[in-house]
Amino acid sequence: MLATVFAEHFGIRPAYAHAVQVGGATGLAMTMLAHHLVEAGIARHVLVVGGENRLTGQSRDASILALAQVGHPDYEVPLGPTIPAYYGLVASRYMHEYGVTEPDLAEFAVLMRKHALARPGAQFHDPITVADVMNSKPVALPLKLLDCCPVSDGGAAFVVSRERTGETGVRIRGCAQAHTHQHVTAAPALSELGAEIAIARAKAVSGVALSDVRYAAIYDSFTITLAMLLEDLGLAGRGEAAAQVRSGYFDRDGAMPLNTHGGLLSYGHCGVGGAMAHLVETHLQMTGRADRRQVRDASIGLLHGDGGVLSSHVSMFLERVR
Amino acid sequence: MSDGKRARADWTAGEAAIVYQCCAACGARQYFHRSFCAACGAPDPVEHRASGDGTVYATTMVCRAATPETRAHVPYTIILVDAAEGFRMMAHGDSDLAIGDRVTARYRRFAGRLVPHFSRLFQG
Repeated sequence: MLATVFAEHFGIRPAYAHAVQVGGATGLAMTMLAHHLVEAGIARHVLVVGGENRLTGQSRDASILALAQVGHPDYEVPLGPTIPAYYGLVASRYMHEYGVTEPDLAEFAVLMRKHALARPGAQFHDPITVADVMNSKPVALPLKLLDCCPVSDGGAAFVVSRERTGETGVRIRGCAQAHTHQHVTAAPALSELGAEIAIARAKAVSGVALSDVRYAAIYDSFTITLAMLLEDLGLAGRGEAAAQVRSGYFDRDGAMPLNTHGGLLSYGHCGVGGAMAHLVETHLQMTGRADRRQVRDASIGLLHGDGGVLSSHVSMFLERVR
Repeated sequence: MSDGKRARADWTAGEAAIVYQCCAACGARQYFHRSFCAACGAPDPVEHRASGDGTVYATTMVCRAATPETRAHVPYTIILVDAAEGFRMMAHGDSDLAIGDRVTARYRRFAGRLVPHFSRLFQG
């Protein structure tokens, strides 16, 4: 949405405003920009906001069609691909190279659903099993319905300020981006995708090591997205993320709590606001306001967003400050 | 975002052909047509007609389509192919294709358009 449409509707006249567009990475990219704007003294407070009624505001077919246009208009769209098809292609290759199986991918859907059960406002509240995922309708094989995030209504907002406004604050320690391509046809090899580049840059600018991280909020548009990003970022070894899910490593009370709101897969995906919900949940966890979902120690958080077809990446380290 | 004039028509223009570009300066191959080389910036990459031979890089079977025209074809298999000439492309393929299969292109009608469709090379 145009920033000026939002501002007019809510009767505000900001001194600085614009929209950002890097697909699913937009929320974190806006947050990164807001961080730099307040750091540079351009603004004291920046409202970062995203909201869309993707479910009720348009037909499901219209949503699928609009999303399919992410493809190249000449070389991809005439072949009838869909967003799940782009990720299905990536999934087939990743599974081939690293020995990941469909039941492995299903584990991520089950975990996100388990987390959504405890999150008010989540789109789904019925538990699912690996068998449910395996038996769900084929969408773009190897991806099935429960491997895919839903189309949702929703929104998220937060304010990035120069000075801390609450007793417990959250500080952006460092963030970085990487953009390697737009279309899946032009994507680099699996070992050269942007997540690894973005996290390396974020580590360098923040001085934070992965071993410092106590909470992870990782983009999960599809089960394969979450599996790949966890492994690209180094939160799991190659081909090992699913085994770590089974061991409880990413549970709320595990060593690395992950997307405790249920992620895009089960909290819901309303576009830009969908990935911003990861940051909202991280903030709640870091400030001790996550109710019965509260994790033991969310002192350092890692967020990662992905847009396009693993095209645009933003990594961000957050730190709790008192 | 294509620009520049096409020297050779390909399937995107309704011809039963796959065309790629090769940079005379740096030798890079590119599949998305441009009036310059995306690797080095040199103008006027040379267009070539591809053999249609390649190796399957990735596959997916689309079971939920986006439009009424494509829905009539469900399920259909979309693949990424590494062409023998050194570029990657998206196409259709037989439903039993697997990653690593050696394939060759034919052309079929799909949703009112001619599209490349790959099948396994006959291994005699």
